[in-house]
Amino acid sequence: MSIPRNALTAALAIIVMTVLLGVVYPLAITGISQVAFPGNANGQKVYVNGKLVGSKIIGQQFATPVVKNGKPVEEEGVPVTTPDPRYFQTRPSATVPPDNAAATTFSNLGPNNKSTEEEIAANIKAYLELNAPYDPGLSTANVPVDAADSSASGIDPEISQANARIQAHRVAAIRHVPLTQVLGLISNYTTGRSLGIFGEPGVDVLELNLALDRLTGGH
Amino acid sequence: MTLQGWVQIVVFFAIIVAITPVLGGYMARVYTGQHVFLARVLGPFERGIYRVIRADVRREQDWKAYAASVMLFSLAGWLLMYLILRTQTLHPFNPEGFHSAPWNVTFNTVTSFLTNTNWQYYGGETTMSYFSQMAGLTVQNFVSAAVGICVAVALIRGIIGRNGKGLGNFWQDLVRTVLYVLLPIAVLGALVLVSQGAIQTLGHYLSFTGPTGLEGHMAVGPVASQEVIKNLGTNGGGFFNTNGAHPFENPNGLTNIFEILLVFCIPASLTATYGRMVGSRRQGWALFAAMTVMFVVGVAVLYAAEVHGTPAQHAAGLHTQVYSGSTGGNMEGKEQRFGIAGSALFNTVTTDTSTGAVNAAFDSLTGLGGAVPMANLATGEVIFGGVGSGLYVMLLYVLLAVFIGGLMVGRTPEMLGKKIEAREIKLASLGILITPLTALISTALAIADHAGRVSIFNKGPQGFSETFYAYLSQSNNNGSAFAGYTGFIQPNAGNVGSHGITFADLLGGFDLAFARYAPILFVLAVAGSLAGKRVSPAGLGTMRTDNPTFVVLLIGVIILVGALTFFPALLVGPIVQSLTGHLY
Repeated sequence: MSIPRNALTAALAIIVMTVLLGVVYPLAITGISQVAFPGNANGQKVYVNGKLVGSKIIGQQFATPVVKNGKPVEEEGVPVTTPDPRYFQTRPSATVPPDNAAATTFSNLGPNNKSTEEEIAANIKAYLELNAPYDPGLSTANVPVDAADSSASGIDPEISQANARIQAHRVAAIRHVPLTQVLGLISNYTTGRSLGIFGEPGVDVLELNLALDRLTGGH
Repeated sequence: MTLQGWVQIVVFFAIIVAITPVLGGYMARVYTGQHVFLARVLGPFERGIYRVIRADVRREQDWKAYAASVMLFSLAGWLLMYLILRTQTLHPFNPEGFHSAPWNVTFNTVTSFLTNTNWQYYGGETTMSYFSQMAGLTVQNFVSAAVGICVAVALIRGIIGRNGKGLGNFWQDLVRTVLYVLLPIAVLGALVLVSQGAIQTLGHYLSFTGPTGLEGHMAVGPVASQEVIKNLGTNGGGFFNTNGAHPFENPNGLTNIFEILLVFCIPASLTATYGRMVGSRRQGWALFAAMTVMFVVGVAVLYAAEVHGTPAQHAAGLHTQVYSGSTGGNMEGKEQRFGIAGSALFNTVTTDTSTGAVNAAFDSLTGLGGAVPMANLATGEVIFGGVGSGLYVMLLYVLLAVFIGGLMVGRTPEMLGKKIEAREIKLASLGILITPLTALISTALAIADHAGRVSIFNKGPQGFSETFYAYLSQSNNNGSAFAGYTGFIQPNAGNVGSHGITFADLLGGFDLAFARYAPILFVLAVAGSLAGKRVSPAGLGTMRTDNPTFVVLLIGVIILVGALTFFPALLVGPIVQSLTGHLY
């Protein structure tokens, strides 16, 4: 083929491919998914009393805004929040604000960097301040790694079982529920490895917290 | 390391071994014009496309005509995609009303997706309309992968061709690759992903109010249809900024394995396709064996390094051992549902191939762990490698190994009965050396100049690693990143995230294009040079290319040529960090 003829074919080919692969294919997959798996396709939304409270597989903050002199405190335009001790807390997140599922990002903290050490040390300190009063044996040495290291997505929906068991002391005490009952809920909302082999077990924080709310009426 | 972690890795690879002859045999039938079962359904559609695009596919193309078609198709793709990405305000399927990113980011992005790289100087959910993701990025995820496979198949035809200079017909190879290989697997794979929790919707982003009364927002989109081809086509560009770490892209441990099965299945199977087409399956398994050795070493080192944890963690007092209910190890930038083993495996696979999808943050890997993706890239992406590109670069290495082996024993080098002469060796050497040359010169420029250094996020050797990795990744058409590099300016909600850093965008964009198309042209020239050469029967003096000795020689050549070129750079970045507990 001559070059002009070849160029015409090239132009027609990319247009045909764009219609087939860029319009027909994704719309067909969308259509089939919406019919066959509507729950999954729309993000496993969770509703409480008809109101959307999040997605089962997207981590979120369980925190309350910090208020000073009747005004919400802001830092660089972002409201400052403090963890709500009644709830299990998700992993540290590098997004702004934390657990922002509309703009995900890694922490990108390097392995040999002072800033990484400071960040991790601050995460450990915050974790101990929140949990040690209710779990007297808790010290830096037994803080689980997932509680001190930022997640990759910034919206990790899960925490480790070890992390959940430590937080259970706090949640049980504040909600006046026996510890064993909270531990029972943790195992109810622990997802094991896929097919028993792939990945790691984790505890879904949103589902666990909502189950606690149902148990104690939100208090 | 845990037994369970290794079981996961072994099961994964066993499945790949099982898939290879099946899919490889199927592809051999597709590319030798034999009847395949899908032709009954798709045959009329295939012929319809030839009529619409006015391609005369009965005519064989020599290497120059084949190369001209590749280049023209790529040019047309570049122009259309640039047009699409720069007109976002006019798009349908743009519920968040995103504006277009500026020209410099778009230049980099378009070149990146065209070259099967998917390096991303933007955050997907804060920049791209659904239409851009579908009609721009997804389309190139398919066709850039198809182009790679076409070039590999053309090279095989050159190796086996005995009469004439024909390498096949690019338009036929392109259409058949899309219709008979990529699209059927993508349709099934996308539905598997949705069944496991990947999302697929055209609706608005969601707003919600959590149990504590705090408001949150959540990006959604047509994710699964793009996720599947992102992996299958070894592209790697995430719908979301955090790529395969995002729960909507990669919801659980099963999808984590499924996605890397998609990644490895075509590159691994192409070794079998090669074996069948050259008439000796052992030839294919020899390549497979060399790739396997390098894969296993990589995953073992990365896994062990991440289990050990980082100096920063240890300095902060964190204990990184495994115990009941905790993964231990370096969980900075990793997801709980994947843990250490699932992250080590995923990221070894995506950097062995030119995929570059990630389910963990590379910038936060340990020093030694970070050396694994770098070393994988430094081989020139031949450890299974990109779809097609892995095989064709590997075959260049085979030529080189045959040549070096021939010199060592004092015989005329031959490959499958064809004499390898100065012309082929010159072309193969150029094809192999272009990539390291591009990567190292660009790294040097970016380190030497202030305009390059502003992109660095972490201090000390890690800053060098970020820079080196950026240009190594773009030159090898991988697309993974030590994402601190320019990452600090993105993403921000409301599409202000897509600011460009012109220096990084342009230098990277040049690397992407040059290191993709120059090797393709050299590969096709080698194919053209081999096609039509007389085949002499194998005798006692023939050096075999299908036995363990040759596999060892091949690996040796790859390490010698590929990895050692980069050794000084590796020394300054990851090796320094893995040898010291010092914090910078």
